Amino acid sequence: MAETSIPLSTKEHDKGRWQRFRESDFFYAFKRSPVAIVSFAVVALLVLAAVFAPLIAPTNPFDPASLNLMNGFTPPMEPNAFTQESFLMGTDDQGRDVFSTILYGMRISLFVGISAVLFAMVLGIVLGLVSGYFGGWTETIIMRIADVQLTFPSILVAMLIFGVAKGFTPVEYRDQMAIWVLILAIGLSDWVQFARVVRGATLVEKSKDYVAAARLIGRSPWAIMIRHILPNAMSPVLVIATISLALAIIAEATLSFLGVGAPPTQPSLGTLIRIGQGFLFSGEWWILFFPACTLLGLALSVNLLGDWLRDALNPRLR
Amino acid sequence: MTTPVLSIRNLSVEIPTRGGVVKPVDGVSYDIAKGEILGVVGESGAGKSMAGNAVIGLLNPPAHISAGEIWLNGTRIDPLQGEAMRRLRGKEIGMIFQDPLTSLNPLLTIGDQLAETILTHLPVSRSEAEKRAVAALEEVGIPGAAERIDSYPHEFSGGMRQRVVIALALCAEPSLVIADEPTTALDVSVQAQIIALLKRLCRERGTAVMLITHDMGVIAETADRVAVMYAGRLAELGDVRDVLTAPQHPYTHGLMASTPLASLGQRRLHQIPGSMPRLTQMPDGCAFHPRCPQAQDKCRQAPSPDLADGRASCWFPMMAEAAE
Amino acid sequence: MLAFIIRRIGQSILVLLIVGLVAFSMFRFVGDPIDNMLGQERTIEDVERLRTQLGLDQPFPVQYYRFLEGAAQGNFGVSYRQGRPVSEILLERAPATLELAAVSGMLAIVFGIALGVFTAIRRNGATANIIMATSLIGVSLPTFLIGILLIYLFSVELGWLPSFGRGETVQIGESWTTGFLTISGLKALILPSITLGLYQMTLIMRLVRSEMLEVLRQDYIRFARARGLTDRVVNFRHALKNTMVPVVTVIGLQLGAIIAFAIITETVFQWPGVGLLFINAIQFVDIPVMAAYLMLISVMFVGINLIVDILYVFIDPRLRVDRTGAH
Repeated sequence: MAETSIPLSTKEHDKGRWQRFRESDFFYAFKRSPVAIVSFAVVALLVLAAVFAPLIAPTNPFDPASLNLMNGFTPPMEPNAFTQESFLMGTDDQGRDVFSTILYGMRISLFVGISAVLFAMVLGIVLGLVSGYFGGWTETIIMRIADVQLTFPSILVAMLIFGVAKGFTPVEYRDQMAIWVLILAIGLSDWVQFARVVRGATLVEKSKDYVAAARLIGRSPWAIMIRHILPNAMSPVLVIATISLALAIIAEATLSFLGVGAPPTQPSLGTLIRIGQGFLFSGEWWILFFPACTLLGLALSVNLLGDWLRDALNPRLR
Repeated sequence: MTTPVLSIRNLSVEIPTRGGVVKPVDGVSYDIAKGEILGVVGESGAGKSMAGNAVIGLLNPPAHISAGEIWLNGTRIDPLQGEAMRRLRGKEIGMIFQDPLTSLNPLLTIGDQLAETILTHLPVSRSEAEKRAVAALEEVGIPGAAERIDSYPHEFSGGMRQRVVIALALCAEPSLVIADEPTTALDVSVQAQIIALLKRLCRERGTAVMLITHDMGVIAETADRVAVMYAGRLAELGDVRDVLTAPQHPYTHGLMASTPLASLGQRRLHQIPGSMPRLTQMPDGCAFHPRCPQAQDKCRQAPSPDLADGRASCWFPMMAEAAE
Repeated sequence: MLAFIIRRIGQSILVLLIVGLVAFSMFRFVGDPIDNMLGQERTIEDVERLRTQLGLDQPFPVQYYRFLEGAAQGNFGVSYRQGRPVSEILLERAPATLELAAVSGMLAIVFGIALGVFTAIRRNGATANIIMATSLIGVSLPTFLIGILLIYLFSVELGWLPSFGRGETVQIGESWTTGFLTISGLKALILPSITLGLYQMTLIMRLVRSEMLEVLRQDYIRFARARGLTDRVVNFRHALKNTMVPVVTVIGLQLGAIIAFAIITETVFQWPGVGLLFINAIQFVDIPVMAAYLMLISVMFVGINLIVDILYVFIDPRLRVDRTGAH
């Protein structure tokens, strides 16, 4: 998400986009904040590692052919007693390389997190625009639903949606569909904030003269909403998206940890931690420790970046 | 000669900022005698409120007193810290703020707020404090004081709330009251009543008053003496009649000319060109020279003289005939 | 004031009706209840008989009404998985969750407010800054990781506290089991309640801090200082009371959230409460349990919100509209 914010922050002409960006206040504020730089670096590193996981990972943990049960429970950086193979972060009970499972797990975590936020964002923007622009019954219904949903913690809403969606999925497809169901559940639990902000901006812009003018010359409501109103709401939407991303990543990890998320056949970081917790008492700490640290680093740096972005884009908050 | 209630000597207040240290109050001296009302006038940002806050020890950090002395009834109070200063506030120095709507705690009854102030400063019992609270409300002219004592601030109108604020400031019988723009936030129709009330109460008790305002009309009606401040410095200090009828500082003159005062028989309203310099961009020499119609080379080079030599801090004070 | 409370009760009932509709729709449309209740060997007559018995042949609004009627009497049907009445299972599990939530809520409120006030008053102090920095990490930490970390430290490494379960419990009356009365029960409560309360505590602390800083900037605080009131009176009598006005709402919401977040803590610590029940229900798509849990938790949320609204009237005199002011 942080990357997509870059081109949007500058909108002048001439000069290169990059140069304009480098001269912007936004970039200046970024350069002066060590927290922002470090967390951006961590996020970038983890995202790149996830994207290029097939190239980086020493083994493909989901290819049964490459697994050797003899490698099971190898501690980090120590050669295995039977095979003499050594693994950076050790192996789990089935001999899977923990480092590789983390890389692939992060892919799933990030994929679910980003997709869920995009889904929530699109849904929230559409419902916010519609309720703000048309008002009346549409608005009442949408905002009432939003209010009721906001009464409940979003993780609970996500769990319920996951449960219901799982009920609708035929048993034989449940594992395959789990990732998509997860995206749906987290996305649906998180649209309200987007809708509220966009509706607010729409109400403000709707009353301005240029919107009336656009209406008079016969532009369609959707063209007015998307071309004229939406751009005014983009910077708060972006801030909410970044903060939501951290929350979505944590929500995904939590659901998977609880066993109502990514299945063991497609483990996300949360699933890995769930698996690793089983070995906490038997001394194989690395199966839990490394995925937990990765999740922590990811969640913390996205959160800090979101916090910083909120202050940078909207100095009046706080 | 009796000691004045308040005596400020060469007071300076500094605020360190990113762009360097600014001096919102710069070498100000004045006295207020028992029972006297000193009007402090000037544009917003001239340092009049800041001087008042320095006296009562409520400067917002990082603002601080950087030089000078403050004497209250013959005791030096500017070095006092924490608890010692707190004991003076409310007891020896009362303060009235500008906006009565925000000065009172909305969640406590006015009786509670009065009683807690009285109990803090006077050795009386709870029931005695409550009796005094009712008396204080009666004194400031709140009808049915005994019943209204349990009301919350939102149940009073703006003018009534300012009366409550005055009661709060005076309830421990301080010897000095600092009134910081006490009528600015009120309806014009109520302003005169509040000023009259303040004047009457202070005259009765012999309380010294520092009346901070930008309203020349209020000064003319109320004050005994007047201090005119400009850009943190004292421009002119003198008896209210002298200063208003024959201002010696060109700034005071401009200020008078721009105030509609029927009693002074003015021709037409006048404007002082330009605006007060920002504290971060003070000009060399006299701070007023860029706007002064009589500025000469000396004004551009040397800071204006200290008041000790005369009534106005000006190299070329206007004499009576020049002012006409 | 009465009108205000009646309006709020009306809104609460509306929320409950909507949630009831959601719960009922889950019941009715997720999977086929008949499939879930009858096995493979069934006759058409069996199906028809069950349809009539369950009222599935009635029009939708009638079914919904019957569902609400049943729910109001605590009748949520039979768990697909355990084959026992849902209400019975819930009652059996409720004490564990309520005791855990109560202790966590107390921790969160007491420490949250105390630390929030402390960090607001000592805004620039070193300790306050350290607390604030730690709290930012606390907000980013997923709850289950905190739980695992605590288990690792205090159960695996130090061996001081149990890592799962409620310890010994004592039966009180017909249906309540408590862990408060035994040493092992109290020891078992420590780690789960810290895990559950920590996140809410951090939120409450940050909120109290920012609200209090806002209040400390107000004129009436300056005026209180100018009247020579002591720091203690200014901070605790004047500032804290005004801080609590916005904070009370959020605390109410957080208490509701604690009951919901108990799901996570109960899973980490295998705490035998309704949260663990709910998670298992989701895993096995046990719809009656899910629906009942949803209804139960909504009643709690709505109840807490209602209490908060009424509390407001007591805290803030400006809301007591029946007394008219003089103008």
